[in-house]
Amino acid sequence: MKKIKCECGHVNPEGTVLCEACGKPIEGNQHIDGNIKDSLLNMRYEGSARRSQTYNRSMVDKVWNFFSSVKVGVWLIIITLVASSLGTIFPQEMYIPPGADPVTFYEDQYGLAGKIYYQLGFHNLYSSLWFMMLIALIGVSLVICSIDRVVPLHRALKKQKPKRHHTFLKRQRVFGETKANVDMDAFKSNLQKHRYKVREQDGHILAEKGRFSRWGPYVNHIGLILFLLGALLRFLPSMYIDDFVWIREGETEVVPSTGGQYYVKNEDFILENYDPEKDKRFQEALMNQDVPVASNYQTNAVIYERTNNDVVGAEPELQELSREKIVVNEPAKFGGFALYQSSFQLDEFSSMSFTLHETGDESAVLGEFTVDLTQPKMEYKLDSGAKVVIDEYFPEYYMDGNQPRSKSKFPKNPAFVFYVYPPDGGEPEVSFAGIGMNIDPTNENDYKLSLKGFDTRDVTGLAVKKDYTLPFMAVGGLIFMIGVIQGMYWNHRRIWLQPTEDGVWIAGHTNKNWYGLKRDIEKSIQNTRIEMPEDQQQLKG
Amino acid sequence: MGDLVTISSNLLYASFFFYLIATFFFGGTIREKKTGNRGKASTIGISLTIAGFVTQLGYFFTRWVASQHAPVSNLFEFTTFFGMMLVMAFIIIYFIYRLDVIGLFALPVALLIIAYASMFPREISPLVPSLKSHWLYIHVTTAAVGEAILAISFVAGLIFLIRQIDQTKKSKHTFWLEFVIYSIFSTLGFIIMTTAFGAMDYQAQFQAPVEGQVVNVEYQMPAIVGPNAGELQTDGVMQPLLDAPEWMRGQDAARKLNTLIWSFLSGLVLYGIARLILRKRVAAALQPKLKKFNPDLIDEVSYRAVSIGFPVFTLGALIFAMIWAQEAWNRFWGWDPKEVWALITWLFYAFFLHLRLSRGWHGTKSAWLAVGGFAIIMFNLIAVNLVIAGLHSYA
Repeated sequence: MKKIKCECGHVNPEGTVLCEACGKPIEGNQHIDGNIKDSLLNMRYEGSARRSQTYNRSMVDKVWNFFSSVKVGVWLIIITLVASSLGTIFPQEMYIPPGADPVTFYEDQYGLAGKIYYQLGFHNLYSSLWFMMLIALIGVSLVICSIDRVVPLHRALKKQKPKRHHTFLKRQRVFGETKANVDMDAFKSNLQKHRYKVREQDGHILAEKGRFSRWGPYVNHIGLILFLLGALLRFLPSMYIDDFVWIREGETEVVPSTGGQYYVKNEDFILENYDPEKDKRFQEALMNQDVPVASNYQTNAVIYERTNNDVVGAEPELQELSREKIVVNEPAKFGGFALYQSSFQLDEFSSMSFTLHETGDESAVLGEFTVDLTQPKMEYKLDSGAKVVIDEYFPEYYMDGNQPRSKSKFPKNPAFVFYVYPPDGGEPEVSFAGIGMNIDPTNENDYKLSLKGFDTRDVTGLAVKKDYTLPFMAVGGLIFMIGVIQGMYWNHRRIWLQPTEDGVWIAGHTNKNWYGLKRDIEKSIQNTRIEMPEDQQQLKG
Repeated sequence: MGDLVTISSNLLYASFFFYLIATFFFGGTIREKKTGNRGKASTIGISLTIAGFVTQLGYFFTRWVASQHAPVSNLFEFTTFFGMMLVMAFIIIYFIYRLDVIGLFALPVALLIIAYASMFPREISPLVPSLKSHWLYIHVTTAAVGEAILAISFVAGLIFLIRQIDQTKKSKHTFWLEFVIYSIFSTLGFIIMTTAFGAMDYQAQFQAPVEGQVVNVEYQMPAIVGPNAGELQTDGVMQPLLDAPEWMRGQDAARKLNTLIWSFLSGLVLYGIARLILRKRVAAALQPKLKKFNPDLIDEVSYRAVSIGFPVFTLGALIFAMIWAQEAWNRFWGWDPKEVWALITWLFYAFFLHLRLSRGWHGTKSAWLAVGGFAIIMFNLIAVNLVIAGLHSYA
């Protein structure tokens, strides 16, 4: 590496624009920061030697230089911004109505635009490979940009000396000459009163405060990188689990994705609505709504742990861990897992009771039977000797043309095709029965099945989550906030003073908030006979 | 209870008038020759602003007591709160920089926002289960404070542009600046039209097919655009001039389009009147009055507002939002449109900061970015709530 020795005696690394110690512009390197002769100096990164501005030969240099460019970073931000907005034109696939087929949904709903949207894959934009690549590129850019700048910047700020080259002072944005005998001690004590750290060298003064704010951008970038790494960890199943379980009231289910270690029982599912009579304050709003407004979804659950997990094939032995009221916003937590109230199904049928009697005479009863809808039996023998056989069971019955079918395996609208065998053992009759429906396909049946009663129960849907990436994200978010506050709410201000033959030169620099810097100077030159320096970069009025 | 609600809404009216009068006093400061020493008008202006702010805080807390939850749960409440925070942000910036001209522009923006909010249903509404959480007011209020501080950057940016852009010749700058002013007029138009037709109790019923079913669609403004294939049921009202295009879905799509057209047309009329009176571009007419203000300082205020507002916005609109989403929906991020637009807002201001800090975008460029950022915030507040339905849809 070619070192550059400045006239002040300091040895700078290759590519330095302003001497780290005295700030003198180094000849031949001024083009790097676009400094023009006699104009104000570009003080970004203190004119330190950045790798990206120094080397451009090997492949590594070129990749490094590409990603360390703020211009590239800014373009990546803009592309991500535009891409993100595209994904909100139409709903993402996860937000289309359940059961809708995306192939037809987008075209049906939004016409040609919807079709193109779907074909471009924008219905799953945020999980698409190219979008993730974009985020990954931002991550790479963050790392390289930060390293490229933070190391030389740190060096330059550490090596800076109070005694600066006169051109450095003259070419600062805030600069002034005073031709008078000034009171240096008053100046120094004024600066210290405003919490400046004052250093002196041969009568030259450097007053500095808030240097730590210069690290803010790098701290917040570290936070962002941690956050993105956390997001990456979600692809590891041991770090992140997202599952779901439906549980009927009174039933106990194994919690999926826990390896059979945990069980959960749904004791009761509760849905509460606002009552316009009781909740007077909402009366007006509730009256304007056609549908009731829910106030609470709750599952009263019992969490069990299996104690004989090591015994393969044995009946699970369960030990009660806790009783929980799982409410939206208040998940149940156990063993690294969390159960969230996520969905529900009201009044699912649990059993149906039928009476068999002679057609046209409901008092001539041949017997009763109850079908457990979760485990219907093949046949039911009645007291009179009659027998009912289930031929077909439709848990959620609907007519598909003239063909009965079931929409799902959940008993939401159960219907049956029964074979009724008379007590004397003759030929069976066919009967079709469901909720509010009893069809005799031949119209010649001697016996009729009537629905006597049914039981319903609610089903709760609980989301099962385990997320060990959250701490990463939380720490990343925290570090980002610290960094961004550090960089934004404080600023790095420096004031230089240099004795001349007949007075002093004063100059000031800040990374932001020039108004604040000027007020600091104003206050610190009081009673010192130093004249207020001028802002050499006023925007033209 | 009923009394408290009445007191609460009266306090809101009172604060509105405080802000309105304060605006006139800040207008008075323009005539004062000197910018350094604060004159009487300025002192009265800021005092009235603070009085209005305290009154509005009164509205906020009385409503909180009446509804038993933080009043930030529907579009009216949130937008009103946003207006209040805009005033607060202005008060803070005022005491840092003592610039009356910021008040002259910030207060009308706050007034418009509060008036706009009042066009939506104002009754106290119940909270659905997912909103029942302390994070409701932690997340929503912090996000609103962040957006309000960022909005000050827009106000300063607008002042900068009006002062700096060369009005002697037509350019892209003059066009877009007039466009921004026209948008403000349109918001005013929306408020005037909604209030006027509301006072007349205007109603027109349509029957129109939506998703294969014939439903009733109710208009509170004369239908320039009726629902697609809709039939007017009410007698003696205006027949629609046009039908909404077929691709517009949803029961309220045509009604919203109609409202939008009314807003744009009334905005055009207001803007046209302004042009007729002024006989030049609105910005050109304002420019001489702003000449005494230091553009550097205005530019710095605009940037300062972003640097103060950006961390607050990040905390409220992203970090607190994620914590709550994790609690309520068991995922901290779900790419819901509102979330995405919060991210877009954040990316945009990150873009602003990088251009300013690393690429030296100052002055006019920076001011245009501040205007763009505010446009995104408004898009998220208005369009995403009303047009792109999602989990955050209030209306």
